Amino acid sequence: MNEFVGTQGLILNEPLLWERGRQGRTGYSLPTRDVDPAPLDDAVAGEGPDFPDLSEVEIVRHYTRLSQWNYGVDSGMYPLGSCTMKYNPKTNERQAALPGFAGSHPLVPSELCQGALRLIYELEHYLAHVSGLDAVAVQPAAGAQGELAGMLIFAAYHRDQGSSRSKILIPDTAHGTNPASAALCGYQSVPLKTGPEGVLTPEAVEALMDEDTAGLMVTNPNTLGLFETHTRKIADIVHAKGGLIYADGANMNAVMGVVDFGKAGIDVLHINLHKTFSTPHGGGGPGAGPVCVTRQLEPFLPAPRVVKTGAAFRLSEDFPKSIGKLNAFYGNFGVLVRAYSYILSLGTHLKDVSQHAVLNANYIKEKLKDIYHLPFDKPCMHECVFTDKHLEAHKVSTLDLAKRLIDYGFHPPTIYFPLVVQGAIMIEPTESESRENIDQFIATMRAIHREAEDDAERLTGAPRNTKVRRLDETTAARKPVLRG
Amino acid sequence: MMRYLPHTPKDIESMLAAVGVKDLDGLFASIPEDCRRDDPLDLPTLTEWELNAHMDKLAAQTVSWDTHRIFAGAGSYHHFIPEAARHVLSRSEFVTAYTPYQPEMSQGTLQGIFEYQTLVCRLLGMEVANASLYDGASALAEALLMAIRIGRTKKKTVAVSDLVNPYYRKVVETYFKPTDFKVETIPHKADGTADLDAIAAIDDLAGVAVQSPNFFGCVEDLQAAGEAIHARGAVFITAFSEPLAYGLLKTPGQQDADIVCGEGQSLGLSQSFGGPGVGIFTAKQKYVRNMPGRLVGQTLDADGQRGFVLTLSTREQHIRREKATSNICSNQSLCAMAAGIYMATLGGTGFRELAALNRDKAEYLKQALGATGLELPFARPTFNEFVVKFPKGFDAKWQTLLEEKKIMCGVPLVCYYPELADHYLLCVTETKSREDLDMLVKEVQP
Repeated sequence: MNEFVGTQGLILNEPLLWERGRQGRTGYSLPTRDVDPAPLDDAVAGEGPDFPDLSEVEIVRHYTRLSQWNYGVDSGMYPLGSCTMKYNPKTNERQAALPGFAGSHPLVPSELCQGALRLIYELEHYLAHVSGLDAVAVQPAAGAQGELAGMLIFAAYHRDQGSSRSKILIPDTAHGTNPASAALCGYQSVPLKTGPEGVLTPEAVEALMDEDTAGLMVTNPNTLGLFETHTRKIADIVHAKGGLIYADGANMNAVMGVVDFGKAGIDVLHINLHKTFSTPHGGGGPGAGPVCVTRQLEPFLPAPRVVKTGAAFRLSEDFPKSIGKLNAFYGNFGVLVRAYSYILSLGTHLKDVSQHAVLNANYIKEKLKDIYHLPFDKPCMHECVFTDKHLEAHKVSTLDLAKRLIDYGFHPPTIYFPLVVQGAIMIEPTESESRENIDQFIATMRAIHREAEDDAERLTGAPRNTKVRRLDETTAARKPVLRG
Repeated sequence: MMRYLPHTPKDIESMLAAVGVKDLDGLFASIPEDCRRDDPLDLPTLTEWELNAHMDKLAAQTVSWDTHRIFAGAGSYHHFIPEAARHVLSRSEFVTAYTPYQPEMSQGTLQGIFEYQTLVCRLLGMEVANASLYDGASALAEALLMAIRIGRTKKKTVAVSDLVNPYYRKVVETYFKPTDFKVETIPHKADGTADLDAIAAIDDLAGVAVQSPNFFGCVEDLQAAGEAIHARGAVFITAFSEPLAYGLLKTPGQQDADIVCGEGQSLGLSQSFGGPGVGIFTAKQKYVRNMPGRLVGQTLDADGQRGFVLTLSTREQHIRREKATSNICSNQSLCAMAAGIYMATLGGTGFRELAALNRDKAEYLKQALGATGLELPFARPTFNEFVVKFPKGFDAKWQTLLEEKKIMCGVPLVCYYPELADHYLLCVTETKSREDLDMLVKEVQP
């Protein structure tokens, strides 16, 4: 396997839908009209939408061609840091499509949806077990909504304690969603500087934590791929001042079967089912961001919740302290089915998942650190972060490296994040890649480094094998064209 | 070994040697004892065959349109999904991709979402649509927050019609609870539409939301609502839970709505026990920089070819952090693709025909029930949902129908409007045959 996977193939052009349609074509077959037309008041009647009419063949070719301009986990390695682009098992799709799940109306009485309710109930218990926390609500529709749920729980808890606090501590390595979610709850973000070792220090927290601070949001493992080793001590400091600890579980894939978030002093944690629990990212959703809490905070979880009485499951709204509803119904149920299916397929192998994910990241780190600058040279968790410092001399940046990786057939790593590392290249291979794939990725990264030295234009002019070359994002933002 | 994990024991051994760690546990040496779990994971592990059997059993314990005749909508609608649409949506290049941060290798998602934005604008008569939010409920909450931003947070009150889906209103309550903004409720009139006279008494009004068709299925007079709301200097928001209605009805854009948002599940998504759906969000062009969520825009590549990128991201959390217009990151991208594919499959002609079929069948049932002497309390035109008042004590009959005949005769409104005992919200889509409708009439006639 010395050949690189990236190559050129025949890529077909395809216009926009409305450049293709012709009046008089049809792509559908509707159920029979067996009633007469009913007159509609002119005052409310409209003309109907101006959509193009296409035949079924045109629809199928249109979207098949579009799909071929895309790259997914099923196409190849997708080491996008902090996004956990692992394999999305196909059996999960089968389960979510079962008529009793896909075809069920959310408002049927509880006794007629026992299967769906049981699935939610059991999934919540499995997630509680894996995280080490006591209670879980799977309603949040994505990680950011899980964070919002967490911040609402903070606010509700402090209100319940008779206090109102205005600030929240957020490390400089945090995802942007953290401060944005806190802001929705009226909290002012206080930035917390990462220590010289790439992790938070108890001293930094001690200096900023006070009785007007609701608590701390920490991503653990953090976005530098490092475990926050002082978590327990930091939690004690925050708790002593009456605050709470929120953990962003975006990087949970590193620590299943190893870390107990409850024991570590975490009060609230969200998990991204579309990362750690293998549900497809879908080009940006739908995801699910279950929120896990300690027994003390359970009364504040979003409602309705599934409760079990004897052998029967039902939805209950009877949680007077609940932060309320986050979704019209019960969240992205179809995503929950897939995560449940994944957990049952893996079972105790979830620990192997984390072990292999961490092994792969450390292996890449060791094999590339002689040529790429590694800002924190220590064992990492599920991802490792390099920079473009050694490329600067060749007038080549992280962006150029990323674009060149595309020509070689890899999705680039996350770039320019976390913000605290200049020119960051954040690589998360996940457990899904074989040793051969990883070796090939390493060989590619080394080849690109040589190219940067010998022929930088190969990087700065990349990509060349894709449907389009680098796009003019400045004009797109300056003169936005948002519809055709 | 497990089929999702490719490493052989030999691979692991050699990779550990390269890393310089003795065994797999050694990789976790940085994790201190006070963060480690004491017990090993204790979870069932099923083979694929066992999993199928287990899931089949669970799924069989939940009723669906397959097993029951469900005349209920209330925010979740059963529509027929053409197989071609379902098939292309399942292309794994769409399904297993991330958010299109690298546009050169994500043009499929990007063009597909650009087309979705365009078709949604055409459907609602609006100028700009985003790439999706979570669902209709959170879209409405975001719209109300946006109305406050448009007023530069000087005006701190929003008002919502009590005929907006009650679940959406609950979500709005959740989003607004920790803020210092206030949500007022607008009552409804006897004809089943919002009573906009009520906003005269509300001070400090940043925005007002009505839903059309509303929760009673009635079509609101959006033109008049807009005039009343604009006269108060407030942002005019219209919500919807059944976008198919706009195959037939005057668009909100035509009636001067500033923000139009709602649930897009009807557009090619299965009901799936309430989610995932897709939050559709549109606005007038002049408000684009106040919008939440991602936007796809058209541009050119280095060779001058047309291409698409995520744009105007300076509104978003990954750039603006606490000053972002929303905290949303992952949205419902694949669901938006599904909606785009569905609208394209039907085309303008099919979409109008399907909308008409929904209304005509609903109207058939409505008239037939009315002819039996049952009361139809709200006079306004309706689309595919309407309210029927049954005789006192119908709840027992409703339960019997469900248990014995496998018919769900609508949703009881008393759960949401305590004064509306014996009122039920019924829904008819293209999936119900005339035979189904005649059968229901026979079962429930007084």
